Amino acid sequence: MSFEPKIVAFCCNWCSYAAADLAGTARMQYPHNVRIIRVMCSGMVHPEFIMDALSQGADGVMVLG
Amino acid sequence: MTLSEVTKIDGKAGNFTVNVKESPRYVDMEKCIACGACTEKCPKKVDSEYDAATGKRKAIYVKYAQAVPLKYQIDPDACIRLQKPGACGFCEKVCDAGAINFNDTEKMHQLNVGAVILAPGFEAYDPTDAGVWGYGVYPNVITSLQLERYLSASGPTEGHLIRPSDGKPVNKVAFLQCVGSRDENLCNNGYCSSVCCMYAIKEAVIAKDHAPGLQTSIFYMDMRTHGKEFDLYMQRAKEDSGVRFVRCRVNGVEPDGSGGDLRLSYVNEEGRQLEEFYDMVVLSVGLQTPKHVLELAHTADIKLTADNFAATSDFAPVQTSREGIFTCGAIAGPKDIPQSVVEGSAAAAAVADLLSPARFELTTEPTFPKERDVSGEEPRIGIFVCHCGSNIAGIVDVKAVDEYAATLPDVVYVERNLFSCSQDTQEMIVKRIQEQKLNRIVIAACTPRTHEPLFRETLKAAGLNEYLMEMANIRNHNSWVHTDNPKAATAKAKDLVRMAAAKVTYGDSLKPISVPITQKALVIGGGVAGMTAGLNLAEQGFEVHLVEQTDILGGNALNLKHTWAGEHVPTQVAKLVDKLVCNDKIIIHKESTVTGVEGFVGNFRSTITGKDGLTKVIEHGAGIVATGGDAYTPTEYNYNSITGVVTSVQFDKLFELKEAHVRRARRFVFIQCVGSREEGSMYCSKVCCTHSVQSAIALKKENPERNVYILYRDMRTYAQREALYKQARKLGVIFINYELHGKPKVTENGLVIDVEVWDHVLHRPLKIEADMVILAVAIRPKADAAELGKLYKVPVDGQGFFQEAHAKLRPVDFSTDGMFVAGLAHYPKPIEESVAQALAAAARAATLLSKSHVYLDAVKAAVDERYCDGCALCVDVCPYHAITLVDKPAKDGQAAGKVIVVNKAQCKGCGLCQGTCPKRGVYVSGFTMKQISAQIQAALAV
Repeated sequence: MSFEPKIVAFCCNWCSYAAADLAGTARMQYPHNVRIIRVMCSGMVHPEFIMDALSQGADGVMVLG
Repeated sequence: MTLSEVTKIDGKAGNFTVNVKESPRYVDMEKCIACGACTEKCPKKVDSEYDAATGKRKAIYVKYAQAVPLKYQIDPDACIRLQKPGACGFCEKVCDAGAINFNDTEKMHQLNVGAVILAPGFEAYDPTDAGVWGYGVYPNVITSLQLERYLSASGPTEGHLIRPSDGKPVNKVAFLQCVGSRDENLCNNGYCSSVCCMYAIKEAVIAKDHAPGLQTSIFYMDMRTHGKEFDLYMQRAKEDSGVRFVRCRVNGVEPDGSGGDLRLSYVNEEGRQLEEFYDMVVLSVGLQTPKHVLELAHTADIKLTADNFAATSDFAPVQTSREGIFTCGAIAGPKDIPQSVVEGSAAAAAVADLLSPARFELTTEPTFPKERDVSGEEPRIGIFVCHCGSNIAGIVDVKAVDEYAATLPDVVYVERNLFSCSQDTQEMIVKRIQEQKLNRIVIAACTPRTHEPLFRETLKAAGLNEYLMEMANIRNHNSWVHTDNPKAATAKAKDLVRMAAAKVTYGDSLKPISVPITQKALVIGGGVAGMTAGLNLAEQGFEVHLVEQTDILGGNALNLKHTWAGEHVPTQVAKLVDKLVCNDKIIIHKESTVTGVEGFVGNFRSTITGKDGLTKVIEHGAGIVATGGDAYTPTEYNYNSITGVVTSVQFDKLFELKEAHVRRARRFVFIQCVGSREEGSMYCSKVCCTHSVQSAIALKKENPERNVYILYRDMRTYAQREALYKQARKLGVIFINYELHGKPKVTENGLVIDVEVWDHVLHRPLKIEADMVILAVAIRPKADAAELGKLYKVPVDGQGFFQEAHAKLRPVDFSTDGMFVAGLAHYPKPIEESVAQALAAAARAATLLSKSHVYLDAVKAAVDERYCDGCALCVDVCPYHAITLVDKPAKDGQAAGKVIVVNKAQCKGCGLCQGTCPKRGVYVSGFTMKQISAQIQAALAV
């Protein structure tokens, strides 16, 4: 089986989370291996969250804001 | 009420009867969930209006993705079924929600209202009939609106700039300005559309970003970038992005060969006939009043200007000729977004003034059952999985998700719904919460951005705290974007449900925050803006304290004689002062300044200090900064040494007094942009072009023998002011263009003043012998603006003008809640724009002051005193100044260190503090470290 990276994305409620919603409305297709966590601002993302995600098996972390 | 038009307005201000005709939508708005299944199946394609005919839409459609309300509609002219009964009808078959109704009919409504606001907008000029630009003939000639769509990621080419004729990448694009504006020959639109210069620059810059190496040229007559920070933008476009600007009027567009290329011919500034070749030509089309708006104006019985815009007064810029009927936006003249938004609020203020006795008469408050205390209970999670018709269930195996959800820890109840948001399901969820004693809810459906408020209401109706709910977005973020992989989508849906359940497990009952409001306003500045704002608030019924630095009300308007439209300023200002002084709700503090501020939104305490040094403390819920600006005192053009060189303000006085020097003078030279649009003050003062043109007209009218010259860089008689520019030229005023690098030279030569300037038409230096030189001096920010800004924690921009929260969307708000800005303090502007902004600031302040309390969302930062050690890292990062450092209460006589305190009224819940804190000493309710960590763990658990 080919390598399937697991990606955790922290998305700001006001921009990137909304953009992900719009991608849905526009039926834009993208890979399914990203898990979005909604935050109220990308500034809310504590460095610990990124470490947590990586140490628990995430292959990549995106902070979008 | 969408698809509706007003057919009749009877009655008078305070009591109108309005007839509204609602055209059929053929889609039941209550049932439509905007899933888009109908549009996918619809076989009929027509040109999309939103895409300016660059793309297609279906006969059943939403105008654009962000449309409000997000509900589909059927275009009856295009729909096969509506054109031929019995045919097609695919949409009806695929609509799971049963929203299609081909038998929908036109409805008539009669409304009883106290006031009417007309905001019908404008249409873009259609260049097809004009011929000369080849629009509609050569496919690579497009309008600016079409380019906007080509540059948009949601446009027909997904943002790739290609030629419509052959799909080839574009290398060279020309923008032609003033198409359908400043042109009475081809289109009879003599006015300037005001916005096209700026949008053309923006499009050129964005096009260059999209297509590296793209050459862009803008062919223009005058660059009218008079808005806040627009000149800086133009400078960056020129210097950083490499946009080329060519001053000329292009004669026409011709094809070059048969390959789709285009040839422009024009006469350059040196008078040479030139030809250039382009892949694409963009016509910067102007704004005009559409026919249906002219009909509306007729129906509303309001007066129009010669340019077909609603006629308003400069001192009441949103009031039409019919009392009780107001305007905002482009119906009253071409204008940009910030000004339209300002006028939107201004119209609201004008209506609030008229209808203030009826405030809250029709308000009803929803009631909810008493909230159950769940703090001592173990989590009992209920999960509701939505099918969303086939939107989710068509891709995701919802049964599998349902079964999986039941296996998650603490989950005691799972159910599937066809539409979780429907009224009957809502009632059912309430019942289940009560029956099953659920204390945590997961809704696996669509996006919380649209539906969280609805489900929160559902929890409240069930007596459960509204924050004990989490949504798993298995539609927008899943079934809609993985349509080709149902297996993966099902697995992802399970993950999303697991993540939501993990997060809600650690959720707490949160109380909405209530902040009491002192229902009084403080207005700083007694000029036109300050007085207008204060008066409007007082007439709405609020107590107003107005602080004026000098001993006289009126501000800069005291120096002005006429507005651009010819209204007499002293009369209007005197009226305003009278009304202000006679209004017992207004307390005027002359010769006073603000010297100290405490508090926050709804609860400010400002200290004002009078000339005598005595201080007063004023409590107020909102504040409006209208401190004005100053006229620049020039040092250039020998202003200090030659008596005949005066500023525009001085000249107005001399002219009004018929001073001998002016009376005798035969030759007048106006020099524009003195202190504006140059290094160190790269902004346009906006009013000076019109002011000089007005003065020139007055001089010529008084004595046509006089020689009047205006030396300018770009003549910025924007919008309907263009008529003045035209009149001045007709009267024989001579306009000579100069460039920043070739400023005029002014020297004394005995009794005359020599003005030397390079003449672009004659291509040689020109010496004008003048009797008087009038300097159109810049408007400067107040020197103490930044100091006042610091007191209220509101910023000033690079030039020293106050900085609004958002240039377009919040043009009169400060980022500090409860504080607003109006007038010259914000940016140079003419009187009618100051008045509109003042009304807007009053409207915004009134949204706060009209309530005794405001209720805020409970998602706010909170301190965990066990961990906070007072390091204060969060204090610096908080963008809302909501955190302060205080001493902990002393223990056993010993200082106990420091701790932070969060002001919930100022906190927006962004969590920068949480992201910064190294000790877990501060967290955001609803997004705690524990909750997000649980979500991360759940995301990666399988």
